[in-house]
Amino acid sequence: MDLTFNERESAFREELRGWLAANPPAPEPTEGGEDAHYAWRRDWQRRLYDAGWAAPSWPAEYGGRGATLTESAIYFEEIGRARVPLAANVLGLLLGGPTLMVWGTDEQKERYLPPILSAEEIWCQGFSEPDAGSDLAALKTRAEKRAGEWVVTGQKVWTSGAQYSKWCMLVARTDSEAPKHKGLTYFLMDMEQEGVQVRPLRQITGEAEFNELFIEEARIPQENVVGGEGNGWKVALTTLMNERAGLGFALQVRLRQLLDDLIAAAAERGLLKNPLYGDALAELHVRCESIRLLAWKGLTDVERYGQPGPEGSLVKWLWSDTNQRLTQLAADIVGPQALTAGTSWSYELLRARGNTIEGGTTEVLKNIVAERVLGLPRMKVA
Amino acid sequence: MDFGLTDDQREIQRTARELLSERARPERVREHAEAGRSDEGLWHELCELGWPGIAVSEQYGGQGLGRVELSILCEELGRTVAPVPFLPSALAATLIGHAGSEEQCARWLPGLSGGKTLGAVGVARAGVAELVVGGEEAEVLVTIDEDGGARVAAAADATVEPLQSIDPTRSAARVSLADRAGETLDGDVPGALDRCLVAVASELVGVSERALEMTVAYVKERRQFGVPVGAYQAVSHRCAQMLLETEQARSLSAYAAWTADADPPRLAEAAAMAKAAASDAGREVTASAIQAHGGIGFTWEADVHWLYKRAQIDAALLGGAKENRARLAGMLGELSAAVPT
Repeated sequence: MDLTFNERESAFREELRGWLAANPPAPEPTEGGEDAHYAWRRDWQRRLYDAGWAAPSWPAEYGGRGATLTESAIYFEEIGRARVPLAANVLGLLLGGPTLMVWGTDEQKERYLPPILSAEEIWCQGFSEPDAGSDLAALKTRAEKRAGEWVVTGQKVWTSGAQYSKWCMLVARTDSEAPKHKGLTYFLMDMEQEGVQVRPLRQITGEAEFNELFIEEARIPQENVVGGEGNGWKVALTTLMNERAGLGFALQVRLRQLLDDLIAAAAERGLLKNPLYGDALAELHVRCESIRLLAWKGLTDVERYGQPGPEGSLVKWLWSDTNQRLTQLAADIVGPQALTAGTSWSYELLRARGNTIEGGTTEVLKNIVAERVLGLPRMKVA
Repeated sequence: MDFGLTDDQREIQRTARELLSERARPERVREHAEAGRSDEGLWHELCELGWPGIAVSEQYGGQGLGRVELSILCEELGRTVAPVPFLPSALAATLIGHAGSEEQCARWLPGLSGGKTLGAVGVARAGVAELVVGGEEAEVLVTIDEDGGARVAAAADATVEPLQSIDPTRSAARVSLADRAGETLDGDVPGALDRCLVAVASELVGVSERALEMTVAYVKERRQFGVPVGAYQAVSHRCAQMLLETEQARSLSAYAAWTADADPPRLAEAAAMAKAAASDAGREVTASAIQAHGGIGFTWEADVHWLYKRAQIDAALLGGAKENRARLAGMLGELSAAVPT
């Protein structure tokens, strides 16, 4: 056991920390709503890109730095520590790019990877549907081959950033006769066409981070199939695995910051010495630290031993639950401010409810732990 | 960064698991628990292997290994609820070795590391420690008083009244020390106590891990309404929760054992976190084990109750979860652990 970083990793951290200190993002816009905010994050990604920091985990040949898993975790720790935003094209950088690197043709990689990195072309993810959430493979959006191209009809939901996106990672059913996991194909769909309508999905925070996609006879050329016809489930799993790994690390750092903010707020109000608040905050501190350790353990086990331990499935579960507890405690500590619309604590309180649903509900995660880690029998579904 | 054990540590773990799965089988644990005595044959074997002195310096007859190695043994002994006085003796050796003078070390450690002398540690209020685990058999007693000071005394200089705790796999006693009995330990008592907390936390990790394993095995076998009860999500999700709590406690205990040797400035925080998480996990996981076993779990024969009882004793030993969170609350202002600085 050695919980220190090696020289190369420390140098990576120092270099990034120095660059972030010298090159902060432009001031966060206070007007102009979500569009202005998105433009600000897009500008920030261009600055990261110009300095070679947009996607350090990408191999050097695709414009990254070939960072190791540990270095990319350090990247997210430092991005979090500096309190700068995530790059605008986060789904392209963390999910789309890495999926293409595994499954894409040389032509696809050459065509799509550079504009992901530079934020010229934004990507979104068209997986979930109104009737296919946790049971993703039940999706119904259909793609039919007509005169050498694919014609797609269906509906997608929870598509974040769709209004800014050029490309959608779309999973659609191409063979309705095949078993449900086998009849799927993974496409890159051009969002800028008649057949694709984006409707903002207003969430409980009042904003529209996500969208619904209404797809009516949208066209996709044959060369935009990723990983081959009928292979969509496997390609989608590559995307989903990257979702858990990369984003997960950024999120646990964000949780730590919120806790530090809450501790500061409690100290300001003289509540740190109150034993009830002290106990609750200490409990959150213990949870945050166990999340940090489990996240690092999961990552370094993959790096050193080639496979994750059981902690992989536990981190997201524990993180989402802890964020909900934390933001709920904030309502007690900061009081009315956390219940006043438009404040950051009220936003966090409401936004946290999504955490135990998005990216795998806690119920599904418990099933995964029970079946795949503990080897318990699966309940037969009627 | 590497959370894995070294080859040598893995070998210690493997040896311990093999030996204990053979020598501390449930029926043997039950036999000794029912008779209210420790397993002298097993203890003798462990002493031959040098276990009691694993983390005692070689100068005093120990193996001079680290806190990680001690934690490995605690975890394995916890898994089997082995009826031996290992933990109380290791705690006494930790306090004397870390906070005692050279003379005190020379007097007590050789006996403790060879297992010929048994030790125990108790928390005293007004000179009386109400429940000292291992206290009945101990020849050297360390007490921690209200102010956090520690005293070491020969059992002959103390009043030791044997009593029966809810965990009969270990002896217990009420210990009173007269005002001037024994000697004070004048070194780093807080640091020694933190090392003790980590050892107890590690035992709790082993107890929790075993409770989960027994439960998983049981709910796969036990059938009701025509299916294994483990297929019901009310049961399987309970098991998943048990794993979550066990792994939290494991990660924090491993981290704390590592900081004790490699990053001592962070030990106070790490030990408090480990003991808080392991105390909660030990109680919750063993309680869940009884519940998931259903009626059989409430019977004397089912053996899960030994784990529950050990967890209850360990969870409170040297300070429970709430006490450790209260300590952490006092440190929170200065702690910001997101990123190493």
